[in-house]
Amino acid sequence: MNSVVCITHVPDTESRIKIADGRKVDETGIKFIVSPYDEFALEEAIRVKEKSGGDVTVVTFGPDRAQQALREALARGATKAVHIKGESGDADSLGIAKVLAAAIKSLSHDLVFLGKQGVGQDNGLVGPMLAELLGYPQVNVVTHLEVGDGKLTAHREIEAAEEVLEAPLPAVVTAQKGLNEPRYASLKGIMAAKKVAIDTKTPADLGLDDADIYKQRVVTLSLELPAEKSGGRKVDGGDPNAAAQEIMKYIKEQAKAL
Amino acid sequence: MPGVLVFTEIKDGKLKKASREALSIGRKLAEAAGGDLVAFATEAAAAADAGKYGATKVYVAELGHYSTEPYTAALEQVVKDVQPAIVLFAGTSDGRDVAPRLAARLNVGVASDVDRLEWTDGKLRGRRPVYSGKAFATVEVTGTPAIATTRPNAFPPEETGGGAAEVVSVTASAENRVKMVETKEPEAGEISLAEADIIVSGGRGLKEATNFSYIRDLAHAIGGAVGASRATVDAGWIDHQHQVGQTGRVVSPNLYIAAGVSGAIQHLAGMSSSKHIIAINKDPEAPIFRVADLGIVGDLFQILPVLTEEVKKAKAH
Repeated sequence: MNSVVCITHVPDTESRIKIADGRKVDETGIKFIVSPYDEFALEEAIRVKEKSGGDVTVVTFGPDRAQQALREALARGATKAVHIKGESGDADSLGIAKVLAAAIKSLSHDLVFLGKQGVGQDNGLVGPMLAELLGYPQVNVVTHLEVGDGKLTAHREIEAAEEVLEAPLPAVVTAQKGLNEPRYASLKGIMAAKKVAIDTKTPADLGLDDADIYKQRVVTLSLELPAEKSGGRKVDGGDPNAAAQEIMKYIKEQAKAL
Repeated sequence: MPGVLVFTEIKDGKLKKASREALSIGRKLAEAAGGDLVAFATEAAAAADAGKYGATKVYVAELGHYSTEPYTAALEQVVKDVQPAIVLFAGTSDGRDVAPRLAARLNVGVASDVDRLEWTDGKLRGRRPVYSGKAFATVEVTGTPAIATTRPNAFPPEETGGGAAEVVSVTASAENRVKMVETKEPEAGEISLAEADIIVSGGRGLKEATNFSYIRDLAHAIGGAVGASRATVDAGWIDHQHQVGQTGRVVSPNLYIAAGVSGAIQHLAGMSSSKHIIAINKDPEAPIFRVADLGIVGDLFQILPVLTEEVKKAKAH
């Protein structure tokens, strides 16, 4: 059972965001991490490999720094890595999906995993777009997965409930938090990862046209920080009855929620 | 000429609130773009509600329970027939599943999770939170149709008083490769975080898993959803479905009550666009107070039970 895991490299969730040129995130001093949802995707693929054998190939589209994400994935248990070099930040979700689809077509695979969204841009578009471009069924926002016998059974999270779905392979699965508990890289894994050669290509090597990949169908015109909230009234809640009354008054008069 | 097509969903014979919100902003965009508002639905029962929110026609494909590929095929058919300038999806689980699939098929982009939308110079422009609300991006969609998914609770539903929309039946066939085995329904009284008007959230200040009962009791009494900080989810006190913030859900209810939540940056980003925020915390320096409209420095274990009783009393009247 061979899996491909698409990963992306994003600012650490604890980062404070600063804006450069009014359009982009200022990357100075920002620590980049494997996007948290992609970690669940990777872990699941490694578990499939541990159970049924095969390869776990991690693929990323991004600038040079994205190689760190691939090394991290290899250290955790991925067996191969492909880096499609490019300014993924200048491509929209469909452009990214096109690059990933082209890369995946040349790799042996039964399953394609990725996070349900990249933490940061938070679009949540690439998974279904990739499934469409590959012509595969998709199961989105998965919290539980079983694979075997040419098919998968997955739990898909929906509004305050879950669906249990069955799909034939190959298929695209997007991971939700709760799917598993991602492992840390072991020292042995880190050493082994250093020996794996990362297959580096450009979109042009995959037969893609930069004009199509970087044709922004969704253009970011500006990026702004939210207005600072100054904080409202702070009162002492030493007396629980008085505190409850204070809250009730606010709920009724300000929020008009009762 | 139809300007805007809105994907709508029905629950218990009525349009979901998120669909009514999408229709309402869709109607404004249709007026600005100079076209009609039409809807897509999978049950003819949508016609009456869709009409109330300004749709002139509803294209009905009787497909039954949601599945990506048949829904995509039917939507593709309607887009070809109707040639809308804009296609909107409410940002529900199904809306977010089908919109990107359709977009890839049509070779167009999607502005996802927008909380503002306008038609400017013949283009669809939207505002969307990025970094789970730490920043906001203004985006423009260049393709035709321009597709967007709308953030629940961001667009107020507005009835226009129109009669039932005309039903146009749609047939499209596509192999359905993903089979539904079963749906695991939520516990009675559970409200989904995304669409909730009121959210009561608990944090590490609850001290242990069983104390989430303080949060649930108030949430049930007031008719709200249960939220949680990442720390409590990571500790296994509550299911991830309840997590607010980055790697959880970005929410903007009318009222957000945070108890024992200190306010980590990734939590604040996910809830600070709520209209009214009340925070209860023992630590007067807790960052949550920076975004709270009303901050109570006190003991949640003493305050919440009294508050829950007060809410019950108020509801009984």
